[in-house]
Amino acid sequence: MNTALSWIKAYVPDLKCTDQEYMDAMTLTGTKVEGYERRDKNLEKIVVGQIESIERHPDADKLVVCQVNIGSEVIQIVTGAPNAEVGMKVPVVLDGGKVAGGHDGSPLPENGVPIKAGKLRGVPSAGMMCSIEELGSDRNFYPEQPEDGLYVFPEDTEVGADAVELLGMHDTIFEYEITSNRVDCYSLLGIAREVAATFKLPFVPPVIKETGNDEDAGSYISVEVKDPDLCPRYTARVVKNVKIAPSPKWMQRRLAASGIRPINNLVDITNYVMVELGQPMHAYDLSTIAGKKIIVKRANDGDEFVTLDGQTRKLDSGMLMICDGEKPVGLAGIMGGENSMITDDVDTVLFEAATFIGSNIRKSAKRAGLRTDASGIFEKGLDPRNAEVAINRACQLIEELGCGEVVGGIVDVKEPLADLRVLPFRPDKYNALLGTDISEEDMITIFEKLELVYDASARTLTIPSFRQDLVGQADLAEEVARFFGYDKIPTTLPGGNALGGLPHKLRVEAKARDIAEYCGFSQAYVYSFESPKVFDKLLIPADSPLRQTVTISNPLGEDFSVMRTVSLNGILTSLATNFNRRNANVRLYELGNVYLPKSVPVTDYPDERMQFTLGFYGDGDFFTMKGVVEEFLDSVGLSEKRTYTADGSLPFLHPGRQAVITYKGEKIGFLGELHPQVCDNYDIGDKVYVAVLDMPAVVPFTSFDHRYEGIARFPAVSRDLSMVVPKTVTAGQIEEVIEQRGGKILEECKLFDVYEGAQILTGYKSMAYKLTFRAKDRTLEDADITGAMKKILNGLESLGIELRS
Amino acid sequence: MKEALNAIRQQAMDQIKEATSPEKLNEIRVAILGKKGELTNILKSMKDVAPEDRPKVGQMVNDTRAEIENVLEEAKKSLESALRAERLKAETIDVTLPAQKMQLGHRHPNTIALEEIERVFIGMGYEVVEGPEVEKDYYNFEALNIPADHPAKDEQDTFYVNGDILLRTQTSGAQVHEMEKGKLPIRMISPGRVFRADEVDATHSPSFHQVEGLVIDKNITFADLKGTLVAFAQQMFGAETKVKFRPHHFPFTEPSAEMDVSCFKCGGKGCRFCKGEGWIEILGCGMVHPHVLEMCHIDPEEYTGFAFGVGLERIALLKYEIDDMRLLYENDYRFLKQF
Repeated sequence: MNTALSWIKAYVPDLKCTDQEYMDAMTLTGTKVEGYERRDKNLEKIVVGQIESIERHPDADKLVVCQVNIGSEVIQIVTGAPNAEVGMKVPVVLDGGKVAGGHDGSPLPENGVPIKAGKLRGVPSAGMMCSIEELGSDRNFYPEQPEDGLYVFPEDTEVGADAVELLGMHDTIFEYEITSNRVDCYSLLGIAREVAATFKLPFVPPVIKETGNDEDAGSYISVEVKDPDLCPRYTARVVKNVKIAPSPKWMQRRLAASGIRPINNLVDITNYVMVELGQPMHAYDLSTIAGKKIIVKRANDGDEFVTLDGQTRKLDSGMLMICDGEKPVGLAGIMGGENSMITDDVDTVLFEAATFIGSNIRKSAKRAGLRTDASGIFEKGLDPRNAEVAINRACQLIEELGCGEVVGGIVDVKEPLADLRVLPFRPDKYNALLGTDISEEDMITIFEKLELVYDASARTLTIPSFRQDLVGQADLAEEVARFFGYDKIPTTLPGGNALGGLPHKLRVEAKARDIAEYCGFSQAYVYSFESPKVFDKLLIPADSPLRQTVTISNPLGEDFSVMRTVSLNGILTSLATNFNRRNANVRLYELGNVYLPKSVPVTDYPDERMQFTLGFYGDGDFFTMKGVVEEFLDSVGLSEKRTYTADGSLPFLHPGRQAVITYKGEKIGFLGELHPQVCDNYDIGDKVYVAVLDMPAVVPFTSFDHRYEGIARFPAVSRDLSMVVPKTVTAGQIEEVIEQRGGKILEECKLFDVYEGAQILTGYKSMAYKLTFRAKDRTLEDADITGAMKKILNGLESLGIELRS
Repeated sequence: MKEALNAIRQQAMDQIKEATSPEKLNEIRVAILGKKGELTNILKSMKDVAPEDRPKVGQMVNDTRAEIENVLEEAKKSLESALRAERLKAETIDVTLPAQKMQLGHRHPNTIALEEIERVFIGMGYEVVEGPEVEKDYYNFEALNIPADHPAKDEQDTFYVNGDILLRTQTSGAQVHEMEKGKLPIRMISPGRVFRADEVDATHSPSFHQVEGLVIDKNITFADLKGTLVAFAQQMFGAETKVKFRPHHFPFTEPSAEMDVSCFKCGGKGCRFCKGEGWIEILGCGMVHPHVLEMCHIDPEEYTGFAFGVGLERIALLKYEIDDMRLLYENDYRFLKQF
């Protein structure tokens, strides 16, 4: 929404403020001004001059030398304008002045174009005569500007007058962001009303007078609304003996300032009313309306219709049409039809001002692929009472402009209008909600300024129909707050004490971040939706339940169409980005959900499971990653035995270098080396190691409790165990035996050497452990150690392990 | 006897003075004080001394011995300390050589901003709660006073799974879940991921994060909302930060406002960063709409409350001067390591 300050001032005549003051004040009362532009910001020293004589330039065929009367004196100006004639009155920029741009209409320079006296091909020139383009506009808005050459003022224009003023360019255009609840502010009058309330000045809207001859519109046209659910009100009036002509300059100037191109008096009036009152209108050539009858009804599926832009539109039964006795003549609220278009030889015009249901207009405009100024306003949902005001205003302008003879009466088909809303006036409630101490009188003044009617005896407020947003007490409190000033409301803090904090789950996640970062991993953020092709990239079999997804029905594209069920793709894609950009040794982690549907199709909340995902390439191997996992598990209190099972079940990992992690019998995650095929699929030319911890499985075991167990007071005894072990036996199996059989006095068993090679029998490996024994309450004796070692050795023998000599 | 002792003392002193190493000092010690040393020899000749003189002579010998030992000890200390000084000098390192860092990882700027926000609100007694990202239409729209034909529900803005289930477009649904629990008063923030059907560009992402805040209690006022958010802004952006509340419209709050803060780069004078305006829009807020309270079975005549929503990426981009939102989701290490 844009408005010209000059037009606002027509209804708030006492308004005096700078552009910046206007912007700040309006923004603080809720009509947010996004910005403004002075139309004359680069127009300086420009007056009306009259060409008194024209002579040929001695040295240039295309230039002429003019003597121009600028009121105070006659100056010489050299020009190349093809339309220069003696007697013509034109805008003249004097020496030291400025214009907005060049005559070719190219984009305007930010600081304009300075004009200085000088010589053109040797002949002195004291200024410049200009076209409308040089003044920063164009023929669309100033249709009287000739196609090529100087702008020409009417003959009766005073020589020496301010040309910028005459062109209506001493004006500022304000641009607003209007919120969706304030339908009334999509009109100039609506904004002017807010201006008057903001600056506490009188609001002087136009007075709409009765119009029309003694005929009755009803004898020209009948209206039937077959679908009142989409059209609560349809008003029609008739104008005969129409004389199409340009509209007066003041109307053209106001439209131009609103960014609307003047066309002719009839079209301009409908546009003027739309801007002024926020009610779009339409004009039909009555002679094209078959049966002198308007029928408002839904279209049939598959119908076609040619709108007045010449385009054929496909219709459906959700779209509302304006039809005559035989055929559709307009796509309701969006655009009229080519078949009923006003032409220059029109004699009788049918005016339409109707109310359509906003949501239907929005959907129809979208389906028809045609969003117009009118539909943009209709879709906000208009006040049915405004339709009548608007059509009468249009007829008034017809009469004032001498544009035709208005036929008396109005054809008005409507659903019963809702009564005006009446709300109790509860000043205590407003102060209690706002935390203020505003007097009743001040509140009433604010409400009355907004045209709410206060009834002192009933203590009620009657809400004007254009304020459909004022429904309850909170809405009224906001009106008080807006004009009292949000900035004047005090600042306090809520009373009472409360304990804040992070829930346990989020504390575990915070710890995960800490540990990952201690271990050199940086945090990644990735999208939750991805392509279904990800499953193929990760080699997930066709029948895997992981392919059951929460699927988006209107995604941005296939690449963002399914909610992830495995977290790896994000981290792998990010690692690939880094790898391709030659970043060495990159370690990333991510905390984000996977979304597992409980059933497909989805009918309920999916299971959102937080995944702690780590991945790296470069320095390190499987055991580096295993170390990170263990650091994390240690730090959140999963300090008992973690089991790593290598069952080769994860298709995206190296079959021989992967493990499922279990804790107290629960699967809590997995880790491993990425399958080389998956590396290829992601274009990562290095080994990648990943780990994923399923946080909902981890969190129940976590604890931040600590217990001091004392520092050992008695000496430890250690024994080295050097063994030849069949290759198939894992360290995990050996440690299980040692831990089970070592008993309470076994403090630690630590692998310190693994060797496979020449000196060892094929099918075997050499492994060496250091076992440490200690008792809490005494110094161990030889017998204790010998006993424990014997048990351990027996156990190891049963695994086919022999001691090395 | 006395002369002999003096001679030994003098000789010892001269030798000690000339000694240049601890080894040499040791030789001197052995030669004079050792079992076969000169002073020991004198002691051995005590039997030739008259018995009545023996205590006196003995005393003289011991004094001489003590004196030599003292001087020897001091000479040793001074020699050692000179040697240490020499060694330390030789061990001097170039302290400007590069550090061996632990190669810590880096936290994402979104998380850094979130943790700051959480810190401020936890300090004011707020609990952090989470809500579902895949949400029901009712919680994302209807319960927030957004009726069925509201433009915000258009397909162009919202990702739908089906007619009833969608990807939440705002964290405000978490408010409703919290209010439905029926436990009052409420003082919470709810950070989380939200989704809107925007194509990816420098300022848009189809997935981003918000932090929702909600307070419900008796006698909560708009003044409380202002005070809370002023405190937040000043802790987040500095004690000098000024705050401006502008009326705005949200379906689920009334009165509603948007909050601007004075530009934390230029202090409000106007710069490239705030586009010359001196103010930066930070968040939307308002008093919880009575209808929203009613739908959650809270009596709006008895309880009032306020709510606010902050865009996390917006804060992160502004605060850390990141000029392209896409950087946040690319995870290029050269970007991440700057945080």
